[in-house]
Amino acid sequence: MSIPEVVKKVSDTVWEIPISYKEGMRVPGRIYATEKLVKEMDAGVFEQLSNVACLPGIINYAYCMPDGHWGYGFPIGGMAAMDPEKGVISPGGIGFDINCGMRLVLTNLTLEEVQPKLRELVDALFRKVPAGVGSTGFIKLSKNEFAEVTEQGSRWCLRKGYAWPEDLENTEEGGCFKGADASKVSAKAVERGFDQVGTLGSGNHYCELQVAKPENIFEAETARAFGITIPNQVVIMFHCGSRGFGHQVATDYLQLFLNVMEKKYDIRVNDRELSCAPFRSREGQDYFAAMTCAINMAFANRQVILHRIREVFSDVFRKDARALGMQMVYDVAHNTAKLEKHTINGKQKEVLIHRKGATRAFGPGMEGLPEHYKKTGQPVIIGGSMETGSYLLVGLPTAAEALYTTAHGSGRTMSRHQAKKLIKGQKLQQDMEHRGIYVRTASWGGLAEEAGIAYKNIDEVVEATELAGLSRRVVRLLPLGNIKG
Amino acid sequence: MPYRYRDDIATADVAFEVWGESLEEVFAAAADATMNVMVEDISTIGCLHQLTVELGHDQLDLLLFSFLNELIFLKDARKLLLRVQDISIGMEEAKFALKSTLCGEMPDAGKHRLATDVKAVTLHRFSLDKTESGWQAFVILDI
Repeated sequence: MSIPEVVKKVSDTVWEIPISYKEGMRVPGRIYATEKLVKEMDAGVFEQLSNVACLPGIINYAYCMPDGHWGYGFPIGGMAAMDPEKGVISPGGIGFDINCGMRLVLTNLTLEEVQPKLRELVDALFRKVPAGVGSTGFIKLSKNEFAEVTEQGSRWCLRKGYAWPEDLENTEEGGCFKGADASKVSAKAVERGFDQVGTLGSGNHYCELQVAKPENIFEAETARAFGITIPNQVVIMFHCGSRGFGHQVATDYLQLFLNVMEKKYDIRVNDRELSCAPFRSREGQDYFAAMTCAINMAFANRQVILHRIREVFSDVFRKDARALGMQMVYDVAHNTAKLEKHTINGKQKEVLIHRKGATRAFGPGMEGLPEHYKKTGQPVIIGGSMETGSYLLVGLPTAAEALYTTAHGSGRTMSRHQAKKLIKGQKLQQDMEHRGIYVRTASWGGLAEEAGIAYKNIDEVVEATELAGLSRRVVRLLPLGNIKG
Repeated sequence: MPYRYRDDIATADVAFEVWGESLEEVFAAAADATMNVMVEDISTIGCLHQLTVELGHDQLDLLLFSFLNELIFLKDARKLLLRVQDISIGMEEAKFALKSTLCGEMPDAGKHRLATDVKAVTLHRFSLDKTESGWQAFVILDI
């Protein structure tokens, strides 16, 4: 594909869609990517980015990260900061899977120690971490208890013995965003998700055992600070979100905003998926409080999954999880809206940042990072396809321009339907096993959809984030075993 | 099969178009297209549980949106994979009104070839239009 004429080159890694492109654009669109990646972006990205640029109260630019691709409302890889006083909040800028995010966990085991137990580990994880259509978690909660989960996130897990104190420190915002109010959540959302705590979900959600090989360490000192200290160290990465609960919260408020947006607030959008309300309006604040509940539920979900993973490793290696060094590196969300302080036009200002398929990437010394990462900057976890590998990156001071935001994954290039036509799940599992990657799945079709061939090259995406000064490579992680929904 | 998945739109998710001579046919086919993302062969979904849904909306396309959302809600909340057994769409007090009997069963990995869960129905490019030969709709599901 060629780059549309309207996309202007600013530098080798910065591209711009001027406000003259579409009536109603308040700011330009800004894409961080190499020429090759911009060429590969589908036309939907440019349309969606220019629609985002029309939203009331948007500041600086409508941003798109190097893994940008065609989503709904915002492009996936999209980010927009709104003036909280004059701007809007939109579920289409967060996604239905509120606080979909990544968690990376260490072990002190090496590839040589894990290899003989790989099947046993993956099979046990597959049993202990439910995945796929209709799955429910092992924790039985009443609806009142579930309300506590949504208001307290990882703190609830700590109280119930599903977390270590330091897990919370290593989670964005301590695993509990401020402002959650369970009374703003519908009974339907609760009914849909209260029994799903501790489940992976489906689609591109997974739990993967990975190895950090010495030749894949880009920055030894930062890797050490993040806990990657042994040659061929095995780590665990997983990707999931707020399950049916978050999906329903977003669906409920999308419909509410559709009702009031034009009639009450005289706001018009180019795509109904961008339905929104002024952030300071009653509807905007109610959504923010309910969405924050879903953010916290997702942190609790990933925390409970970590608890199960620790149990599995402990059983298989007959050692306590602490003795196995199963500390968290970090947990970071990539579908959120939150208030953050940033320098806008030379002044410190609180802004409402929507990140949809985009990761917060704080640079060194920034407020909000735990002490032990103050010197290095924030760990950024980027999941690649299950065949090719993933990355651990670090946040940089130069990302200030992009309000400390970077990519979130590799981004699809092939539709799910097409991938299923080309690839058969059982055959893919066998092929991967020959290459030393053992996969268990709740769905053969779902497995085929996630084949490496359906994704952009992750190496190019992370290299682009580095060239653009958004984040820097620390370790490339190779897959060993994977469970997926 | 009165629906077709579109490979060229919203690659990360699932887009489909659906058509029928009547509104009822389009709604039932859209329900099947949604279920078919989660179950590879929807003819394996048996009729063990029956339930009725009644929905209303002042906009016809958003009535379809609500209907598909209801199916996704019931999949998680009642753990049921559902197909339309009977459906009627009319007007009630100046609103479009839908009444449908749905029939289905719980997901069973041994019986159904389960595929990918549907998170939500998006409004991106969502449409329901009258054509010369009936009705057609376009839907993108979040996966």
